[in-house]
Amino acid sequence: MQNSAMNIEDKGGDQLVLHVGPQHPGSGHFRIIVTVDGDYIVGAKPDPGYVHRGAEKMAEYRDYIQNIPHLERPVIIDATGVTLPYVLTAEKIIDVEAPERANYIRMIMAELNRIISHLYWLGIYGIFLGHSTMFMWPMGDRELFIDLAESIGGTRVTFSYVVPGGVRNDMPTNFKERALKTFDYFEKRIEEYKKIFFNNPLMSARTEGIGTLDKKDAIRLGITGSNLRACGIDSDTRKDEPYCLYDNVDFEIPTRKEGDSYARCIVRLEELQQSMNIIKQVLDLIEPGPIKQVIGGVMRGEPGEAFVRTEAARGTMFYHIVSDGEKNPYRVKISVPSFRNLIGMTHLLVGSRLADMPAIYWSLDYWPVEADR
Amino acid sequence: MPSNLDTENQLVKSLTDQFKNKIKTEYVKHNRIKISTNQDNLKSLATSVKELGFEQVISHGGTDYPDNNVFRIEYHIICVSKKKLRSIMFSIMTEISKDTPEIETLIDIFPSAEFHEQETYENFGITFIGHPRMEKLLLPEDWDDIPPLRKDYTLPGRG
Repeated sequence: MQNSAMNIEDKGGDQLVLHVGPQHPGSGHFRIIVTVDGDYIVGAKPDPGYVHRGAEKMAEYRDYIQNIPHLERPVIIDATGVTLPYVLTAEKIIDVEAPERANYIRMIMAELNRIISHLYWLGIYGIFLGHSTMFMWPMGDRELFIDLAESIGGTRVTFSYVVPGGVRNDMPTNFKERALKTFDYFEKRIEEYKKIFFNNPLMSARTEGIGTLDKKDAIRLGITGSNLRACGIDSDTRKDEPYCLYDNVDFEIPTRKEGDSYARCIVRLEELQQSMNIIKQVLDLIEPGPIKQVIGGVMRGEPGEAFVRTEAARGTMFYHIVSDGEKNPYRVKISVPSFRNLIGMTHLLVGSRLADMPAIYWSLDYWPVEADR
Repeated sequence: MPSNLDTENQLVKSLTDQFKNKIKTEYVKHNRIKISTNQDNLKSLATSVKELGFEQVISHGGTDYPDNNVFRIEYHIICVSKKKLRSIMFSIMTEISKDTPEIETLIDIFPSAEFHEQETYENFGITFIGHPRMEKLLLPEDWDDIPPLRKDYTLPGRG
């Protein structure tokens, strides 16, 4: 957080300093201070921190189980995406492994959460571009996936479902039937999304060639997730360093070469289909069996450290836990994709027109609460 | 998981050949390499790690060890463009004295570390020499207490 606009140089002339947020209806709890010269942005300074809660410090005061719901809070929209890497790291510290069935159910939850998160992003992107139908449709369809996740995790959004040693409970017996029915419906809906939004000349005009990120810059700045894949790099942690049982399923990594806002959108749309493909394969592969390795007593590990990365909805999620052998971790470091993608926002906004700011801003799928932690 | 550590060992060997006893290999495991060095050699080590193909800082952070009066500073670096190196996470580490919490920035080598270093600055009070914006990023602007991730800062009501 910064103190007003004092850090922006007063350049005089026709230049104007604009504060966008933190009460902006679309930006979330985040401010960006832009300097405009006429219609063009000549300076952009992100100001995160409005929802910084000190999650890393608070994690030092909680044990390995209490930390699951605690560390879920920054990214409730992608709850499994943020708790899964934490649990995988904690498992390395505690030295416990989840059984096969638990790993498959974790993958189902992670992919459902990716769909839930992407659909939320798509709805907001629709309204950012003034397309209210594209706000209503994904928000409505998202409920179907929330229902599926609820049938496994027990709550709508904050599941705290993945625990060290496995998952909390088994999935319902009719899950496969329900999931396939939803997927059949949603695959048709994706075609309708394309007709009304993605193939719409209005959408193309607002996003094609807007906020173009060069491949070299994306690597240099540390861009991650769909934003990186939209620049032609097929990097995805699920393939790069497979965790759970992702090496048992076959899926594609959608990429685009253009690197513009449209490319970032279409990559996310195609990821919806890939996530459904992964879940379908998992539902064929999954066998009955135990879902949890029971750990007696208070969880604590040997002194040491572990770090794990996974592919969350917004990109690579990284956890580093240092243990001193006590029941609470000594240090928890979380590196979240939104925080790393934030650097790209300054890079893309400078030189763009002010009117393109919403299209660029939300195409990066920046989630302020995740970045601030 | 049985693993072949050829790539990892090869990477470490190229660095030990270059730096000899200036660096210490903390561990080489499947997909994980950790090398420590002293504060003065960190920058040249980072340059060499980048030349090996590791191009993005995925995470950077500090840890406070009050018993030894040091901060441990780590950079975790990955490669996204070369398929062969994508599975590996390369960590470089150094320790600095808590009496003089200063270290040279690595953002001229890894621009992706910019915000990470700013976060370490506000949370530990470590100054990164050469970083253009050593100012608060996430903390409130009126925060004047001990940097919060130091161990001597205790959460209100929890101390």
